[in-house]
Amino acid sequence: MLRRIGVPVLAILAFLALWEALVWWNGWPNYVMASPSDLPAAYGRFWELFLLGGWQTLWRTVAGLAIAVVVGTLLGMVMGFSRVARDALYPLLVGFNAVPKATLVPVVSLLFIGQHDFNTVLMAFLISFFPIAVSVGIGLSTLEPEYRDILRALGASRVTIFRKIALPKTLPEFFGALKVAVTLAFIGTNLVEIVSPHGKGLGALFQSGATNGDYPLMFAVLIALAALGIVLYYAVVTLERTFAGWAEREAT
Amino acid sequence: MNLIDIKGVTHAYRTPSGPLPVLDNLEIGVPEGTFAAVVGPSGCGKSTLTRLIAGLMTPDRGEVWLHGERVRSPRKTVGMAFQNPVLLEWRTILDNVLLPLEIVAPRMPRAQRVTRAEELLALVGLSGFEGKKPSELSGGMRQRASLCRAIVHKPEVLIMDEPFGALDNFTREDLWQTMRDLRAKEPFTCVLITHDLRESVFLGDQVIVLSGRPARTQRVLRVDLPADRTIDVLYTPAAVEMLHTLRDEIRIAQGRAGGAH
Repeated sequence: MLRRIGVPVLAILAFLALWEALVWWNGWPNYVMASPSDLPAAYGRFWELFLLGGWQTLWRTVAGLAIAVVVGTLLGMVMGFSRVARDALYPLLVGFNAVPKATLVPVVSLLFIGQHDFNTVLMAFLISFFPIAVSVGIGLSTLEPEYRDILRALGASRVTIFRKIALPKTLPEFFGALKVAVTLAFIGTNLVEIVSPHGKGLGALFQSGATNGDYPLMFAVLIALAALGIVLYYAVVTLERTFAGWAEREAT
Repeated sequence: MNLIDIKGVTHAYRTPSGPLPVLDNLEIGVPEGTFAAVVGPSGCGKSTLTRLIAGLMTPDRGEVWLHGERVRSPRKTVGMAFQNPVLLEWRTILDNVLLPLEIVAPRMPRAQRVTRAEELLALVGLSGFEGKKPSELSGGMRQRASLCRAIVHKPEVLIMDEPFGALDNFTREDLWQTMRDLRAKEPFTCVLITHDLRESVFLGDQVIVLSGRPARTQRVLRVDLPADRTIDVLYTPAAVEMLHTLRDEIRIAQGRAGGAH
């Protein structure tokens, strides 16, 4: 337990020390590049904004991700069960996924003008549903026919087969995709927060740091974002251990 | 009376390059309580046969009868085992064996189901492994668990598609004996698809040789060996002669009649 927490903490400390040393070595003033020792002051001055912004970023990311899970899973099910649907949807989804989402921010902002929360959640969803849909689809369509046959031979309904076999069997793939999706959703949220005027959340705080040339503040936001990202990621890992822990093999 | 009757079954798969005939006017009868081993060259439609008997598909022409009823859809009186044990990794061995009962007898009290499953697990030598996950068991043990699952709901017919194909020779012989012991306790009728002629002779009451694709019934060989066979029986002159006959039949089925080897 000590090792499992100690090793990553040490790695983070080493990273911060390297960063500090790099800035010190080059003699960069903090309007060129902030160093870790500048950050506590920034957190101290703006802690209320950090808390508020952090919360706004967090809930909108989670909301977008939740929608992505529902829609992605449904799309994945459709593609997993129907060949026709798979052939029809796949190129469409791949194409949509290839579009840089930054280009959609102005479109979405104009479509739903002033609906900042809605836009942000929408972007978090748009950017993150793809890996979920694909992995659920692949998980279902590659289910070995024997798995289905042992229950079908007993006259089990499609719903029963899905509930007892296909769904649990797809969970490891689903959580694998969710780990990718959670960081993507996070990027989506911040994209809107940074790009759109009068934004909210940590992205907007970053933007105000940029406007005022406050490098320590900007870097403080980046570190806060990284920390939030880590928290979200490990929340997914915890869920995975709970619901799909059986897929983990003991190291041998 | 035959429990399974396959009458004039012809079937072809539709492929992009036209229909692919796999079964041609197939005739098979399996008396109740007996063991039929089906052998034939690779890709001759043996697996199609298992799916037909299980009611997972219907043939283009001909009829499949099970216990006096025409098979048109899956029925609860069938158990299946495959080369891949297809155990559900997230369930314990016990819960894997219980799976068919959840479908077939949802109202049976859990205690009663568990007793039944534990009995079977003991019969195949898996007592003490009930709480383990499939990934903690060896290949042979997983296949034993898979057999228990296939017969836990007391099916009339056990259909096996090369269940021991992926096991090493000694494990395989162990499982043959397990199979023999199970049959002494449980009255199911058996259809076994196999590539292993020794297996077909050791386990079968009759060995059915299918021709190359599209498969026809090429030869039916009755196995007149005592019911409580041991592996040694395979080295008796009677068994060796049967194995020779079967080997020749397979050669013919492969289209290499009169084989020089």
